[in-house]
Amino acid sequence: MTTKRYGQYGAMVVIWVGLLLFFGALSTNFLTARTLDTLANRVPTLAVVSAGMTLVLIIGGIDLSVGSVLGLCGAILGLAMVNWHWPLWAGALLCLGIGAVCGAVNGWVSVRLCVPSFIVTLGMLEIARGLAYLTTQSQTKYIGAPVEGLSRPVFLGLSTAFFIACAVIVAAQVVLSRTVFGRHLIAIGANEQAVRLAGINPRPPKIAVFALVGLLTGLGAVFYTSRLGSSDPNAGVGLELSAIAAVVIGGTSLMGGRGSVLSSFFGVLIIATLEAGLAQVGATEPVKRVTTGLVIVVAVVLDAWRHRMTATPLTFLQRLFQRSPPK
Amino acid sequence: MQETPEIPEAEGEGNPQPEAPSPTFGFRISDFGFRASPARLLEARHVSKSYSVPVLTDFSFDLERGEVHALIGANGAGKSTFARVLCGLTRADGGQLRLDGAVYVPRSKRQAEQEGVVMVLQELNVIGALSVAENLFLNRLPRRAGFVRFAELHRRANQALARVGLSGLDPAGPAGRLGVGQQQLIEIAGALAQDCKVLILDEPTAALTDPEADRLFENIRRLQAEGVGVIYISHRMDEIRRIAGRITVLRDGRGVATHESGDVTPAQLIREMVGHDLPEKKPTGARPAGETVLRVSHLRAGRQVRDVSFELRGGEIVGLAGLIGSGRTETLRATFGADPKDGGEVYLGREDRPLVIDQPADAVLAGIGMVPEDRKQDGLLPAQSVRANLTLATLGRHARHGGWLDPESETETARDFCTRLAIQCASVEQPVGELSGGNQQKVLIARWLAREGRVLLFDEPTRGIDVAAKDTVYQVLRGLAAEGKAVLVVSSELPELMALCDRILVMSAGRVAGEFLPGEWTQEKITGAAFSGYLNAAQD
Repeated sequence: MTTKRYGQYGAMVVIWVGLLLFFGALSTNFLTARTLDTLANRVPTLAVVSAGMTLVLIIGGIDLSVGSVLGLCGAILGLAMVNWHWPLWAGALLCLGIGAVCGAVNGWVSVRLCVPSFIVTLGMLEIARGLAYLTTQSQTKYIGAPVEGLSRPVFLGLSTAFFIACAVIVAAQVVLSRTVFGRHLIAIGANEQAVRLAGINPRPPKIAVFALVGLLTGLGAVFYTSRLGSSDPNAGVGLELSAIAAVVIGGTSLMGGRGSVLSSFFGVLIIATLEAGLAQVGATEPVKRVTTGLVIVVAVVLDAWRHRMTATPLTFLQRLFQRSPPK
Repeated sequence: MQETPEIPEAEGEGNPQPEAPSPTFGFRISDFGFRASPARLLEARHVSKSYSVPVLTDFSFDLERGEVHALIGANGAGKSTFARVLCGLTRADGGQLRLDGAVYVPRSKRQAEQEGVVMVLQELNVIGALSVAENLFLNRLPRRAGFVRFAELHRRANQALARVGLSGLDPAGPAGRLGVGQQQLIEIAGALAQDCKVLILDEPTAALTDPEADRLFENIRRLQAEGVGVIYISHRMDEIRRIAGRITVLRDGRGVATHESGDVTPAQLIREMVGHDLPEKKPTGARPAGETVLRVSHLRAGRQVRDVSFELRGGEIVGLAGLIGSGRTETLRATFGADPKDGGEVYLGREDRPLVIDQPADAVLAGIGMVPEDRKQDGLLPAQSVRANLTLATLGRHARHGGWLDPESETETARDFCTRLAIQCASVEQPVGELSGGNQQKVLIARWLAREGRVLLFDEPTRGIDVAAKDTVYQVLRGLAAEGKAVLVVSSELPELMALCDRILVMSAGRVAGEFLPGEWTQEKITGAAFSGYLNAAQD
């Protein structure tokens, strides 16, 4: 990891803390344990899905099906725990498995049959949502205590789910920057033809990435179900857009070849804080949506600037955190 | 040419008026008809053009009404550049063009076409999703109030198609379904359908069958009779002698000679294309060739590789010469698995079982490496560091316990190669896209040196790089041979191959047309072999 990265993280932390202070100043109720609690509870699902989405965007693909796959996985989790009386761990494993299968299908079709991932995952978006309704007869299932444990605070008011999500983020970042697999992903996103001609078959890692997103979405489904205490076939509608927004705010290029899971995590924090803060200051739903949309666009414009020019507000912030590059 | 001053001329043609063309006046002195004699159709005087190196130098050329004037020359002689200048795709750095006696400054292909200079490009520009008729008349669709008048369009298209012998073709059908030969004819039909004074054809028959080519020649003769001048660029000497009145030979961007086509033999033309001013390098000799390392047998791939067999031995550098389009690059790519093979086998060493190479990864596992011709497209990860680019093919060797990278070992390797190949970079973390072309090429070569394969294929390894970098590349190639590796080099620069290689294979029209050893080769012989596949019309 280069020092440039630390600069980027620094800038994003500054923006995040700025948001916290901004909403804290607007509303005296914002910087209280209860709000932060809500915040910490919202983060895990989006964080793990965004980690996977980062990897997909890095290879120059996209996965629009994460929201629906999350819904399907949650539906099956409810089925397993309520109807079949499975324990949580078994249900969770099934969740991960189903997510991974959905992802692998996405990957296989898009890579082997050369269909753009945008199209394949758009199809999966419909298929998985339909399956979620079919398996549950469109009913919400109350699970209750067996699944809620994951979302209960265990340390500093943070839940088990939150710590698992953090561990996943760190692991994904390490895989991306410190393993052969991760480096191949970045190279594939930068120039797939060059990777192929360097004697690396780009197909297996590409399929693996889609399967991995599916797996992480399955994990996200467990967190989501745990927070609600029940499985909801409507879970995760629009999640793909939040995840892409978080990843893009984190500076990952939609063109592939550049990105960081850790940055995406800060993107998740920024989006979650923004939503919680706007709710706290009493913004209506339409105002929330307009504001979130504006933040996404501004973040991406700033990021594009950062890569074209030397001086921008963001690079100024970065310089504050940047050490001199090593020779 | 607007911003560069025109070179003053001293013509003995009854034109005492020095030219002072100034676009701001809106008229030119020559517009008033000072010329005594009827002007030539097209005149080019002292045209020059350089990119990083001069490609056209002080080139003069003329074309009469109703004449077919052929341009020939080896790769990079400047034929296509001259054609691009004429049709407004490139601007000349200096010199002057006149069309019908008036100063002619084409600023775009569209403007050139309006003035009557039409070119059929060597590359196919057919847009597959559009219909045949739309492709023919793309920039001049008949319209009314913004809507295309399809009936009129199809009527005109049928006329144009009938001219090139494609009268059965549905003008409303998609052009993408047509074969390459028919697409080429569509392009030609599009050009013929315009009212042109000068028609430029760049290798028009490359994709055509003989009957199609005959039909094209009929059309050219008809245009001739109408007073159109045709500039005909081709490698195929039989065609040129059949159709052209005069032949101009280009070499290294300069006009060497202009002949009446009846007065000259192919041998003489080849001599002129090669020239004698380059001293033949003395053979390097005495590099003992070792065991056979790679055998390629009856390789076929696409239209470009028809039947190619060769052997590479350890410790030797083999050159692959040939004209552009003769199938050199395609041979390398098919051998390496980058493009699919249609037939033929690749054997390693003396083994009887052929290698299964379906993709480059298979070739790399067998110890074969390839430095591709197009660095940007096929080689570099431009935004990534020199280190990441250099270790791309060998990442596994810097990993411990199944995939965890050791950044220090990686950096060390990168630094080591930067020193060995004198790669100039601020640090190994600098993005490779910021380096010069020569240093980028060295990074790509280092990628394969790190891999330590047995066979290395280089496609134009010195194209577009500076002299110092070229020298490093030569040293690397010799070093590889000295280590007992087999090296195959494609290059369009004959002197380079002759200075470097222990053996030169010459490709022509998708086949190996000759093999030469240091004692026996001359530029003339090699060029002769390179043209040999195009000499007799009865190909296939």
